[in-house]
Amino acid sequence: MAELTYRDALRSALIEEMDHDRRVVLIGEDIGVYQGTFRVTADLLKRYGPGRVIDTPISELGFVGAAIGMAMLGLRPVVEVMTWNFSLLAMDQIVNNAAKLRYFSGGQVNVPMVIRGPNGAGVQLSAQHSQSLEATYAHFPGLYVVAPATPAEAKGLLRTAIRSDDPVIFLENAALYGMKGEVPDSDFALPFGKAAVARSGRDVTVVAYSRMVFAALTAAEQLAAEGIEAEVINMRCLRPLDAATIVESVSRTHRAVVVQEQWKPFGAAAEIAMRIYEDAFDQLDAPVERVTGADVPMPYARTLEVRAVPHEADIVAAVKKTLGKD
Amino acid sequence: MDTRSVKTASPRDLSRDELAASLEWYGKMVLARRFEDEAEREFRRGKIGGYLHVYSGQEAVAAGFLSAIRPDDIFFTAYRDHAHAIFRGAAPGAVMAELFGKATGLAKGKGGSMHLFDVAHGFYGGYGIVGGHIPLATGAAYALRYQKTERICLCFLGDGAMNSGSFHEPANLAGLWGKQGLCPIVYIVENNQYAMGTPVERSSAVTNLAGRFSTYAIDNERADGMDFIEVRRLAERVVRRVRETGGSYAVELLTYRFAGHGAADLFQPYRTKEEIAQARSRDPITILEDRLRAAGALTDEQVKRVHADAERAVTEAVRFAEESPPPAPEELYKDVYGARDEDEKTGTRDRGNTGTR
Repeated sequence: MAELTYRDALRSALIEEMDHDRRVVLIGEDIGVYQGTFRVTADLLKRYGPGRVIDTPISELGFVGAAIGMAMLGLRPVVEVMTWNFSLLAMDQIVNNAAKLRYFSGGQVNVPMVIRGPNGAGVQLSAQHSQSLEATYAHFPGLYVVAPATPAEAKGLLRTAIRSDDPVIFLENAALYGMKGEVPDSDFALPFGKAAVARSGRDVTVVAYSRMVFAALTAAEQLAAEGIEAEVINMRCLRPLDAATIVESVSRTHRAVVVQEQWKPFGAAAEIAMRIYEDAFDQLDAPVERVTGADVPMPYARTLEVRAVPHEADIVAAVKKTLGKD
Repeated sequence: MDTRSVKTASPRDLSRDELAASLEWYGKMVLARRFEDEAEREFRRGKIGGYLHVYSGQEAVAAGFLSAIRPDDIFFTAYRDHAHAIFRGAAPGAVMAELFGKATGLAKGKGGSMHLFDVAHGFYGGYGIVGGHIPLATGAAYALRYQKTERICLCFLGDGAMNSGSFHEPANLAGLWGKQGLCPIVYIVENNQYAMGTPVERSSAVTNLAGRFSTYAIDNERADGMDFIEVRRLAERVVRRVRETGGSYAVELLTYRFAGHGAADLFQPYRTKEEIAQARSRDPITILEDRLRAAGALTDEQVKRVHADAERAVTEAVRFAEESPPPAPEELYKDVYGARDEDEKTGTRDRGNTGTR
């Protein structure tokens, strides 16, 4: 065990995979000389050279598409998007090529690639730089969608992602890069599609992922002070979705709250709530509650922005609603 | 733009190698043409669904280049891809079976006409979004050099693809990487004069398409694409250069699409019958046939035999496609993710989202 930041956990996974597998290459904007906007790739150009740490022009369609071609030929590119907002420029490549190539080629082609970068709101980055795109990508078969919350998850899931034979949408979070946590040494990997119980509780199940896991844990502490024991499930991965862990929890707590940073309509929480209804309807004592971001483009003014993202208090209120204590 | 404005080189003696290749590829071009005629017929019979884009008229382009590369070289193209597959060695039956949506098709019936793949022969597809394959081919070329091979990549694209961002962005990358010897790719613009129904003059502000590659420091040239022997000579020269330097290169070949854009493009209001008839007077198959006859290498008897062979191969391809089974129902869920990932990482595939639980 070592204590690492989320950033260094990601970086150590990159280094270990690059050390043992020459097929792994990094590609993206300002990841080399500039060392990465969030310094996840700091110093890697010096270690591996420009052939493996490829600085690109600001050209998402071009370099994401090129990485798909590299993957088709057997490389294992890890693409950095400076933020996931910019992935929209490469959406045709991700959705129409990466996700579907194995299928429409009748299984002749693998696309072993990772696209990683920060997802979700920052601080006063306004409308174009604050989006949470997990549900957008989780909609498409052929992609994995991963959203680690802790440094250990960041490392263990990134290793699995790099070793995957299919494209992985790897959603980091800018607010988490500096967060520290224990990370197992050695060849440590976490499987896709396995959620973790971040806190045990008997009264209500709170489902979250990425940064919202910490909002849920803080809410759970506040609730505990009032005698309400919330179980917090950290999804880690949205596609595939570990419905079994959620259903098992809900079958004990009989209540569920799903938290997401993104907009409410057609979001991840809607899908997760529906899975609970499909698989555990008889277990529910109350309707599933959703805690989400406000259904507006992100405003710039800090006073408005604060109101646009979910907070602990919103989770506490939703939990109480499921318990009839609102 | 008029393909006849580009002068075909005057006939001259063919080397022994050229003669052998030309005879072989004459047969392949006749086969591809017969295949496309039959595909259009099968489409009208309702045996082929979806979209169908045939290659008739453009054969010398793909034939010229695919005859000039090595067996381990690779290539990408768009959706007008049947002839490319056949030229490179795919069985016509497997191509026809793919068009019929059968389990024995090149892509197990999952891709159809626009997504032919034959990776064993270096054919990496078969793409339906105009220009969408250009970044892939560019990255693939980088990978070939990264792996320290001498292999090269061909990227066929249409004139219509050159106005999309998916052309400009990878072209810039190829220019940057090519300068360092890291991008052995030839972009082959098949300028068939029309992007669907819009002529080059109305879709491209600059109609010298080859010259547009200069913007990205990619050396380029423009030539007639109707004479197989000339295209092949050009291709051999260009392929050698790209293989030796690892730099990217672009060729615009002027050609003509004899058929409509797709099988549903029946009335073609964007061009006249006279224009089509004039273009057909420079049929690439006839041009090659005439040159081989002039060289004394092709007799009436041989021509007849080549056509009979093509007829037999296509009849057999249709019979094979007809008699092949459709994909098994369980194929629906296969090839979404790799088996290794399903088994080791996710346990069983999450089928909940597909509504099949």
